[in-house]
Amino acid sequence: MNKTWIVAEREFNSRVKKKTFLLSTILFPLVIFGFYGLMIYFSVKGNEDLNIGIADHANLFNGKLDNDKEVNFIFMNDASAKSLEEKVTKKEISGYVYVPENYNLLSSTDTINVIYSKTIGLISQERIGRKINKVIEQKRLLSLNISQSQLDSARRTAAVEFKPLSGEADKNKAGLAYAVGFISGFLIYIILFIYGTMVMRGVTEEKTSRIAEVIVSSVKPFQLMMGKIIGIGAVGLLQFIIWILLGTATMALLPLLMGGGDASAIQNVPGAGGGMAAQGSGAMAVILGNLSQINWMLLLPCFLFYFLGGYLLYSSLFAAVGSAVNEDPQEAQSLLLPITMPIIFAIVIMTKAVNDPTSGLAVFGSLFPLTSPVVMMARIAHGVPDGVSALELILSMVILVAGFMCTTWLAGKIYRTGILMYGKKPTWKEMVKWAFRKN
Amino acid sequence: MNILEVKHLKKYFATQKAVDDISFTLAPGSIFGMLGPNGAGKTTLIRMLTGITFPDEGEILLNGRPFDPVKDMVQIGYMPEEKGLYKKMKIGEQALYLARLKGLGKLDAMEKTRQWFKRFEMESWWNKKVEDLSKGMQQKLQFVTTVSHAPKLIILDEPLSGLDPVNADLIKNEIFRLAQEGASIIFSTHRMKEVEEICDHIILVNKGIKVLDGTVKAIKQQYKENLFTIGLDQLPATVSSSAFEVVKSDNDQLLLKVNEGHNSNEVLQHFLSTGATITSFSEQLPSLHDIFIRVVNDTPTARQFEKITA
Repeated sequence: MNKTWIVAEREFNSRVKKKTFLLSTILFPLVIFGFYGLMIYFSVKGNEDLNIGIADHANLFNGKLDNDKEVNFIFMNDASAKSLEEKVTKKEISGYVYVPENYNLLSSTDTINVIYSKTIGLISQERIGRKINKVIEQKRLLSLNISQSQLDSARRTAAVEFKPLSGEADKNKAGLAYAVGFISGFLIYIILFIYGTMVMRGVTEEKTSRIAEVIVSSVKPFQLMMGKIIGIGAVGLLQFIIWILLGTATMALLPLLMGGGDASAIQNVPGAGGGMAAQGSGAMAVILGNLSQINWMLLLPCFLFYFLGGYLLYSSLFAAVGSAVNEDPQEAQSLLLPITMPIIFAIVIMTKAVNDPTSGLAVFGSLFPLTSPVVMMARIAHGVPDGVSALELILSMVILVAGFMCTTWLAGKIYRTGILMYGKKPTWKEMVKWAFRKN
Repeated sequence: MNILEVKHLKKYFATQKAVDDISFTLAPGSIFGMLGPNGAGKTTLIRMLTGITFPDEGEILLNGRPFDPVKDMVQIGYMPEEKGLYKKMKIGEQALYLARLKGLGKLDAMEKTRQWFKRFEMESWWNKKVEDLSKGMQQKLQFVTTVSHAPKLIILDEPLSGLDPVNADLIKNEIFRLAQEGASIIFSTHRMKEVEEICDHIILVNKGIKVLDGTVKAIKQQYKENLFTIGLDQLPATVSSSAFEVVKSDNDQLLLKVNEGHNSNEVLQHFLSTGATITSFSEQLPSLHDIFIRVVNDTPTARQFEKITA
């Protein structure tokens, strides 16, 4: 056992002491969050400001149309279509709406044309159309003698609330549990891949550099494999602890930063700007409040357990593949397929389970050791016993432990043969034969 | 007591009898040559001796007790034919690591490694990486990591290949020194010249079977063809004797083959009686190279794959 630790120590030190370790530990989440941040930013952000001139000769809008951040309506009721066109060509306005005097509100054939110079994006087109339609709809109702308040009362939605049989109703919790479950399941999925391939590459490196033969004359192949798995697992754990600390620090600092921002915003720009900022920090507070509703004392230890369990289960399989391949990394691809399939399958089940944590598929996925690390996280986020019963949770954990003991044992036997075998790449059939033969 | 006793060792693979009933013994302080053509089963044999694989049948005794790989690893140093080290790891750390894996404590490993680095004048390498070293330097480092934990049994597979004469001599002298200090050395190589220089005792393995076993001297005696060279100041025009035949004549030397039932004295008597002056006379023993080729050629060189039912 002692020698396993010496191997693990080397694996850990050789990775953590590298200059790239800190860099990648800090850069990786930045890149991931930056990437998602950019995606959200671009999808939320529409086009630049659009100034739309309106020549309302039918006095349809009474000089009133809601402006927003992107679309700005400018009334120029006296302007002729020709002068508006000139303005568009001079780029004073992006486009114009010309409502002729004889525009018939109730006609189904009359159209309102929006004439533009530079292309107006699909989303902006939709906005403009909606705004115009809203006014026209009101006008039509009025012409039919239906008042806005009548319409509103007819349209009022019935309040439908979801209340569990026991406990309090919690509107935000389901959505949040969904998000937390999805993110933690996805994180485990990524971890399995990143650290699994790290183990695989390490094993292949030892094999191709031929140091494996020297080392297995000093330690048992199983000790070497376990040392590598433990060492790299410790690297992963350290990385995660750094991320959790960074995350908590950001969480703690965020309200402070937001609060400070608000105060100055309100002072400097009274009115709209201040209101917006206040709204923003309000939403933030709601999210933070909701986050505190999640049972972190359950979620975090479970996350660590399934992270380690899943890692131990899969990394030994990755090690077995690594021991089978030679110099050519291409060889690993076909051997990896049977390993990556269940992980991808787990993600598919997880997306279902996060919606419906007690469905048959979710229960199966959270018990089956090859998928449970990913799927169970989705169920745990819903809490015990709402998402998963305590019995199922314990059963899943026991099966996972048994599962990784089983895979490491089998993988150890494949590894022992593979690491000293040069030449032809073995098939899975041969590897299974190695796994089950006696010495 | 013999440090190593190998008894009826067998290892069969699916299509080959890699090692088929091999036995030999190794005395303390001896340098033992293990010879054989490619694919003879030497690596498989060595891997069983180092505890990397296990024999199907047979017994290995180390110091008279059954070999227990886990416990006895510290007594064995193994340098495989395919040399390998971590390319990105610092040399000093690497040597320490390998010594610790053998079972040495941190301080002990440090002390012994430092000693060896000093002996081989490698102290300045400590913080370099293996990828910075030349092939010969890597080999030296590999040798140091093999012996730094003071093993009793040292197994070297082609330790001198790729070394320049200076470094080869350095390692060779270390091998002699280690043997003198009581370590036993198994030396596997294809180069017969090295074997003749270094080994006391050899075995020759072919097709998984031990075909020769003995001291270098005894084996040469066994394979001698009763050839003698005699140097004369003046070659006689014709030589005819019932005791021997001339195989080759060359300037002032004759290569003679003594016929069965006769001995070398009769050769000398014959030439003394002719009145010629003898300048030299020596027995011509076969080189290990010739013996190797003869023995191996008696069996087909390339091993055939066969179905083993064991």
